[in-house]
Amino acid sequence: MKKMKSVISLLAASALLAGTIAGCGGNAGGNTASTGESTATESSASGATFKIGSIGPLTGGAAAYGLAVVNSVELAVNEINANGGINGYQVEMKGEDDELNAEKSVNAYNTLKDWGMQFLVGSTTSACSLAVSENTHEDNMFQLTPSASAADCVAYDNVFRVCFSDPNQGLASAQYIGSHKLASKVAIIYDSSDVYSSGIYQTFAQEAVNQGFDVVSAEAFTADSKTDFSVQLQKAKDAGAELLFLPIYYTEASLILTQANTMGYAPIFFGVDGMDGILTVENFDTSLAEGLMLLTPFAADATDDLTVNYVKNYKEKYGETPNQFGADAYDAVYIIKQCLEEAGATPDMSVSDLCEAVKGKIVTITASGLTSDTMTWDASGEPNKEPKAVVIKDGAYVTAE
Amino acid sequence: MTKKKFKDQFITYGIVIALYLIMEILMKTGNLSSHLKGLLVPMTYYAVIAVALNLCVGILGELSIGHCGFMCIGAFASAVFSKLTQNTLPAAPRFFLAFVVGIAFAALFGFLIGIPVLRLKGDYLAIVTLAFGEIIKNVINAIYFGVDSKGPHISLNNVMDLGMEPDGQVIINGAMGITGTPRDANFTIAIVVLLLSLFVVLNLMNSRDGRAIMAVRDNSIAAESAGINVTKYKMLAFTISAAIAGAAGVLFSHNITSLTATSQYFGYNASIMILVYVVLGGIGNIRGSVIAAAILYLLPEMLRGLNTYRMLIYSIVLIAMMLFNWAPAAIEWREKVAHKFIKRNA
Amino acid sequence: MLSKAFLVPYLQIFVGGNMSFLIYLINGLSLGSIYAIIALGYTMVYGIAKMLNFAHGDFIMVGCYVIFTICSTFSGNTVVGLIAAVILCTLLGITTEKVAYKPLRGAASPLAVLITAIGVSYFLENLALLIFGADIKSFSSVVSWQGLSFAGGDLKIQGVTIITILSSVVILIVLQLFIHKTREGQAMLAVAEDKGAAMLMGINVNKTISLTFAIGSALAAIAGALLCSAYPSLSPYLGAMPGIKAFVAAVFGGIGSIPGAMIGGLVLGIVEILSRTYISSQLSDAIVFGILIVVLLVKPTGLLGKKIQEKV
Repeated sequence: MKKMKSVISLLAASALLAGTIAGCGGNAGGNTASTGESTATESSASGATFKIGSIGPLTGGAAAYGLAVVNSVELAVNEINANGGINGYQVEMKGEDDELNAEKSVNAYNTLKDWGMQFLVGSTTSACSLAVSENTHEDNMFQLTPSASAADCVAYDNVFRVCFSDPNQGLASAQYIGSHKLASKVAIIYDSSDVYSSGIYQTFAQEAVNQGFDVVSAEAFTADSKTDFSVQLQKAKDAGAELLFLPIYYTEASLILTQANTMGYAPIFFGVDGMDGILTVENFDTSLAEGLMLLTPFAADATDDLTVNYVKNYKEKYGETPNQFGADAYDAVYIIKQCLEEAGATPDMSVSDLCEAVKGKIVTITASGLTSDTMTWDASGEPNKEPKAVVIKDGAYVTAE
Repeated sequence: MTKKKFKDQFITYGIVIALYLIMEILMKTGNLSSHLKGLLVPMTYYAVIAVALNLCVGILGELSIGHCGFMCIGAFASAVFSKLTQNTLPAAPRFFLAFVVGIAFAALFGFLIGIPVLRLKGDYLAIVTLAFGEIIKNVINAIYFGVDSKGPHISLNNVMDLGMEPDGQVIINGAMGITGTPRDANFTIAIVVLLLSLFVVLNLMNSRDGRAIMAVRDNSIAAESAGINVTKYKMLAFTISAAIAGAAGVLFSHNITSLTATSQYFGYNASIMILVYVVLGGIGNIRGSVIAAAILYLLPEMLRGLNTYRMLIYSIVLIAMMLFNWAPAAIEWREKVAHKFIKRNA
Repeated sequence: MLSKAFLVPYLQIFVGGNMSFLIYLINGLSLGSIYAIIALGYTMVYGIAKMLNFAHGDFIMVGCYVIFTICSTFSGNTVVGLIAAVILCTLLGITTEKVAYKPLRGAASPLAVLITAIGVSYFLENLALLIFGADIKSFSSVVSWQGLSFAGGDLKIQGVTIITILSSVVILIVLQLFIHKTREGQAMLAVAEDKGAAMLMGINVNKTISLTFAIGSALAAIAGALLCSAYPSLSPYLGAMPGIKAFVAAVFGGIGSIPGAMIGGLVLGIVEILSRTYISSQLSDAIVFGILIVVLLVKPTGLLGKKIQEKV
């Protein structure tokens, strides 16, 4: 009997809650402007609007990446609206949280679909984007992921990406190191529990054989043990590695650089696009990153007008310096805009028609944005752009020879 | 079985079937949002694993905080099977066999892990289940498995070690997991699995074996002196619980196409989330687990409108609900209020 | 008993001029000392309140952010930051106990308070996310001493490593003295033994439990300062994993036992580093947990745990 009561009370409490929440949810869905970070959208109540959705981890350990994506989409959309919209129509955006969870990412996708999304800029991470692509494919919705880099993410013909693929980055890094004869003994530290990191590591290690340098130590860490890197560094040092390849994000890399410094180990550090952001870590001693090389499409301190404006506006609005995730997302919105303008599309077209229109145009356009001056795509969904090799000098990126 | 118990069981099945019918009707008439539609299958498999965990925590009386490990095994075993037979078997028998494979593997691991785990007691048992859950996750993350014309290859290092022929297909690619599992799961199948799990657990509870299990829970020494084989019954309940968790895993891996053995799905955090369902639904109350799993899975999804405040609100609601449901003072207060209310109406 | 065949290769590494093994061992000790300090907090709370405070790891995170905020915005020095962190964490611990845990004392199931602790953990993590943002912040070490250098610079021991190891030893001694030599400590022992009997003897059980939470949380703040000095990266989720590992360490040493938590923490840290070095960096988590399982099978209540008495 007691149990019965507790169940009833649970039911009562939850029903009450669920009721009020469902009510709120319903209202929020009805209004064009939503809450939180998506409010800033100019609500253009009169007339149709384009609706761009974005998905990424906004809470949890990977929130820095998802927030960068969603915020940058919002920034781009606001700019576009201020400059007259796309084909004369205003644009709305909405970002949803997936907690780095593929299942929640699909939930987020469905939420956005209910809201009326026509294009998806997301998901931010590979496993999530892969799961969502199954749904966008079914609905034939155009999906442009800014940063999901696993090879399979763009398997469907309606999915394209802005960033480089993992195999592509692994290959490019190995070739760069080989052709510039940076080192003959290379050590790797990678995150074996992360799709992105192990993807790059795999192609890098495979390509190393062709490039005439030896991988003398390849040590992993996992999401559950990513504070202490003393072992991995000590092994690299003992193996006499002259170059340490770090196919990981700047969050862990900042720790590796600090720990390498305290143990007095100073090889050439070589990173990939996930390394971008290391100079903007609050309170980080940037002298530790001196000489760090990385292949990245974006540099937050570049001096071209586009980057300067983007970084300035982002900082003003969100109080942080954007990273390459954000830059890719910002470009993604403009790429969609360019395709829509080329196709002369209007918001009253169906999702599937819009997808076909954009799909037809993206393979013909040459886009220019934060992450490259000339980006082109083929039907495979992969972007064609040059990775830039930069080296950190005096706390800033300098183009490497 | 007494009439009352029969009625009680009937209510449980009734709630599930009624919910299913309502959702189906809403779906058929187009009144269900895509968001809710997408939530139905996950909601159901979380209900399944909550039932499984309640069997372990409520009926057997042993706290497990690694149950998602069994879900992980079920998910990976069945996904590997489905990937291997994707081109040779038609969807229906393949998915059925995937269930058999997933459940069998989860049960096997449940049995093997149960042998050492059930020798321990209380919090020590709990921490060992957590340890096993983490080990399963960590090891699967390091497994590379592929098949080519020469047969299967397996490695614990990296994909290059597999030494595959060019015609080979990598099935489990370490941290990148399994991609492209056929999406065979749907709401109807999920509900059937839930009903079957309920049937197994409720019948077990009301059987001779079930009474023996509960006797072990209430007092293992007394049960032993009454001639009950304590180890056997503990193992029985634990293995069945793992098998049901495995079934939830099969649904999981056939509902989303990218399967990775990461913490957000199979780590201790995920296991604890299931434990939250069980505790809020009532320990030992199977129906409560189903309802609590459904409501608590929906809650953060319904809170999406709150954006970044969502998880903060969720945590506050969680604490408030725990205090309301379990605090002795709150229970007393509730009874007083209920009493007054009844009096006034009388 | 260790066989010679097992020891010899390690001794060779040791003596043969290669300092690697020694370096690994010291790193393990340093990591283990941090686990130990966190585990001390876990084990004290468990011993007295009989609850697993899953939010303990997040108290560490709160401590780190407090120090960070004070050092960077109020330009205070690290000592001020550390003191503020200890005070705030202590208050947080007492408040959490009063608001979220105490009402559930005497609940029908001990699981109720466990779940509430999870709720508190979610709450603190998400609050930190809202206040401080998701991006990591680099932490300036609270230890400015560079450390010692031996064998002509081949073997360097960082200042923070030495301070960490020393702090854990000092904390252990102080705690032991406090518990065995003071009235409050004796009261804690009594409450841990039998709450009801302690109450009958005139011990204020509520006050004793509050005090335990205060001490446990203060230890979390200190552990946080040391953790972030050794691994200077701040994020809202930084406490979760060290927290759970320290919990494993506490169980390993026998939960409720203070020397046990210390030994458990040190062993765990060393095992983690050495298994990563000599066996596999991918599987080191599995190995750590595997060893825990083996130890518990041999000693079902941990290394120094009390035997659970079964009553019929």
